[in-house]
Amino acid sequence: MSARHAVEVRDVHKRFGAVRALAGVSLAVEEGEFFGLLGPNGAGKTTLISALAGLAQPDSGCLAVMGHDVARDFRAARRALGIVPQEIVFDPFFTVRETLEFQSGYFGLRSNGAWIDELLERLALAPKARANMRSLSGGMKRRVMVAQALVHRPAVIVLDEPTAGVDVELRQTLWSFIRDLNAAGHTVVLTTHYLEEAQQLCSRIAMMKDGRIVALDSTARLLAAFSERVLRVKLAGGTLPESLAGGARLDAAGWWRIPIADMAHVERSLARLRESGAVLEGLEVAEPELEQVFVRIMHREQDVAFPP
Amino acid sequence: MSGFPTLLRKEVLRFWRVGVQTVAAPVASALLYLVVFAHALSGRLEPFPGVTYLQFLVPGLAMMAMLQNAFANSSSSLIQSKVTGNIVFILLPPLSASDVFLAYLLAAVVRAVAVGLGVFVATLWIVPVPVLHPLWALAFALVGSGLLGVLGILAGIWAEKFDQIAAFQNFLVMPLTFLAGVFYSVHTLPPAWQAISRLNPFFYAVDGFRYGFFGRSDVGPGTSLAFASAALAALSWLALHLLARGWKLRH
Repeated sequence: MSARHAVEVRDVHKRFGAVRALAGVSLAVEEGEFFGLLGPNGAGKTTLISALAGLAQPDSGCLAVMGHDVARDFRAARRALGIVPQEIVFDPFFTVRETLEFQSGYFGLRSNGAWIDELLERLALAPKARANMRSLSGGMKRRVMVAQALVHRPAVIVLDEPTAGVDVELRQTLWSFIRDLNAAGHTVVLTTHYLEEAQQLCSRIAMMKDGRIVALDSTARLLAAFSERVLRVKLAGGTLPESLAGGARLDAAGWWRIPIADMAHVERSLARLRESGAVLEGLEVAEPELEQVFVRIMHREQDVAFPP
Repeated sequence: MSGFPTLLRKEVLRFWRVGVQTVAAPVASALLYLVVFAHALSGRLEPFPGVTYLQFLVPGLAMMAMLQNAFANSSSSLIQSKVTGNIVFILLPPLSASDVFLAYLLAAVVRAVAVGLGVFVATLWIVPVPVLHPLWALAFALVGSGLLGVLGILAGIWAEKFDQIAAFQNFLVMPLTFLAGVFYSVHTLPPAWQAISRLNPFFYAVDGFRYGFFGRSDVGPGTSLAFASAALAALSWLALHLLARGWKLRH
C-alpha cells in the first residue's frame, strides 16, 4: 500500500457461509482523525474491525494499520492497533493490575508500570487495581478492557461500541480520556449506536449497510447535506395547514417536523399555524442531527429516488 | 522483545493459583491407586527380578498422572479462553504461532513435572523406588508430558465446547494411558495385544520412564525415546501449522 494512512482498507470481501458480511469495503482513515463507523446491527462494522485486528481473515482485499499490512507484517500492524472488543470478556484468574501487566508483556513491554498506573488513574480503576476481575461490575470490566487496549500506547485506537450499557460517569471519564489521546495524536475509530456521541466526537463518518460503505464524508458535510434545522410542533387540535404540510413529516411520537431555513421562516410558519386555527401542545426548534442523516441514508439505500 | 515469556508466566500462574485442584488432587488420586492396587494385587509375581509389583507401579502411576495433567492443562486453558471469549487478548497482540505454541506447551510440561514429582515424593513414604538412570527418567518425563501437552493444544484448538474436550479425554487420553502398561508389563500380554500396545505412543513414554528407575523395560529406552519423540514432533508440526493458519481461532 502506498502513502501511509492510519488505517487503510482496500476492497475487502468476507463471507461467513451464506452470509455476506463485507461486500467490497474500501476506506482510509488519516492519522490523528476521530473517525466514526456507523451502521445498523449486522452492517459489517464488527467484521471490518475483526479483519483489521487479524481476528477474521478476509476472503479478498487487504488492510493496513499505519502502513503495515495486517497479514504480511502482522507484528507491526498489531503493535500499532489497540482494540476494545464489543463483548465484555475477562480472565477470571487474575487481578486488574495483573491483567494489564500480562497484556503489556504480550506486546513485549517489560517496565511499563508508570503507564499502567496512569491508565488505572485516568479510567478510575486505581482503587480496584488489586481486585480480582470476577469481582468487578460490568462497567468496571469495560474500563479494564479499555486499559488493556491502550497498554501498548497504540497509534490507532478502535472502540467497538464502548458505551453500550455503560453508566454516564464512565462515558464521561472515557470520552475525556479518549479526546486527550486524540489531541495527543492518536487516531481514534469509533463504532456506536449513540449517534449524538458520534456527532459530538467524530470529525468524519462512514456509514455501513449490508457489508458496504453507503456514505463517507466529514460530519459537517453529512449534516449539511442530509439534515436541516426543523421546527417541531405537536398539535392539540386542528390540522397542519396545506401550505406547511408539503415538506413536513410526522414522527413516531406524533410531532410534525417542518424544515426551516432561518428564523424568519419560523415566524412565517407559526403565523400560518395560527391562521389555520391549530392549537399547539408543544413547540421547539431542533438543530441538524446525525440521527436524521443516518435514517435518511439508510432509507435512501432502499429508495434510490430519494434526492440528496 | 517477544511476548512469549509473559504468556508462559501467565499460563503457569493460571494452574498454580488453583494448585489444590491442578497438582495436589492428581497426586492424591495416584496415591489412592497405589494403595488400592497394593492391597488387591499384593500376591502378584515380580514383574522384573528384584522389583516388587508395588515398586513397579510407582513410575507408571507417576507417568500416567503426568500425561493426563499435561493434556488437561493446555486443553482446558484453551477451551476456557475460547468459550469465555478472553482468547482475544492472546490473538490481538503480536504473538506468533510459535510464541503461543511454546507457552502453552511448556506450561503443560511444568504442571506435569510438578504432578510427577509430587507422586514420586509422596510414594517415598509408602514404597521407596530406586532411580538408576535419572537422565533417562527426566528425558521421558519431558517428552511424555510434551506429547500430551501438544495433544491438549490440538484438542483445545479444535473443540468449541467443554463436552468435546471431555470426549477427547475420556475416549482417547484415558484409554491410551490406561493401556500404556501402567499396571502391567506388556510382556505378560498375549502376542496380539503386545503388538497393539506397541502402536500406542504413550506406551513408550511409560516404558522408557520406568527404565529410568529400574534399568529394566519391555523395549530399549533408545527405541522408546525415538518413537515418543517422533510422535511429539509430528503433533507439534501439526499444532504449529494450525496455529499459523489461525484454524478455528481466526475466522
